[in-house]
Amino acid sequence: MSALNEQKKQRPRFLDLTVIRLPLAGYASILHRVSGAGLFLMLPLLIWLLDLSLSSTPEHLVLFESITRSVLVKLVLLGLIWAFLHHFCMGLRILLIDVHVGVEKQQARSSAMAVMVVSLSLTLAFGLKLFGVY
Amino acid sequence: MSRLVVGAHYGIKDWLAQRITAVLMAIYTLVIFAAVLAGATSSHDAWRGFMAHGAVRSVTFLFIISLGYHAWVGVRDIWMDYIKPTSVRILLHVLTLLVLIGYVGWAIQIIWRL
Repeated sequence: MSALNEQKKQRPRFLDLTVIRLPLAGYASILHRVSGAGLFLMLPLLIWLLDLSLSSTPEHLVLFESITRSVLVKLVLLGLIWAFLHHFCMGLRILLIDVHVGVEKQQARSSAMAVMVVSLSLTLAFGLKLFGVY
Repeated sequence: MSRLVVGAHYGIKDWLAQRITAVLMAIYTLVIFAAVLAGATSSHDAWRGFMAHGAVRSVTFLFIISLGYHAWVGVRDIWMDYIKPTSVRILLHVLTLLVLIGYVGWAIQIIWRL
């Protein structure tokens, strides 16, 4: 018993988060949590904008227009667009892995890369629309 | 007597709820995106008319409930992973529940007054 405890104590530990290197799926997974937390924190803004956009009061629409014209708000919305898209794509990946699709190492790597590429590309596409490029 | 404030009974239920609500919200997202492409946001009247439609209102209601439950499980998991003192964690759980219930009520009120 004491030998077991001794062994436990001497087990090497390496928890330096600044040095640990994760596979891409590890980063995508952490970003799933970060994006979810960000969406949760910004829910009041999103519900408020929905409220204003559906209001029949003309002043609310003027307010909606002026808020969404602000570059700062647009940057926040751009961040939320990315958060939603990443959470959506990574969520699909999690659901597929739940039903044992894509659990092999190479497939899991490819799907993590696909999540990053698709969510960032769509963020670019929606972001250009948000900033009125097209 | 000290007790562990954890349980084994609710894990699988919440795990499953997380998945079901995710699927519902993903389908809703695609439907709304298709509607926007089809012109649901072409004007303020079109947007209001679209969201006031009975079927849209019903699925939006389901979306709001799903979002509330999904966010509850996700945020609770974050607190469970990082907040070690039980009293602080329980307090955060309660605050999270309260704000989420408030958000759900607010959002339902927005679509129901249309």
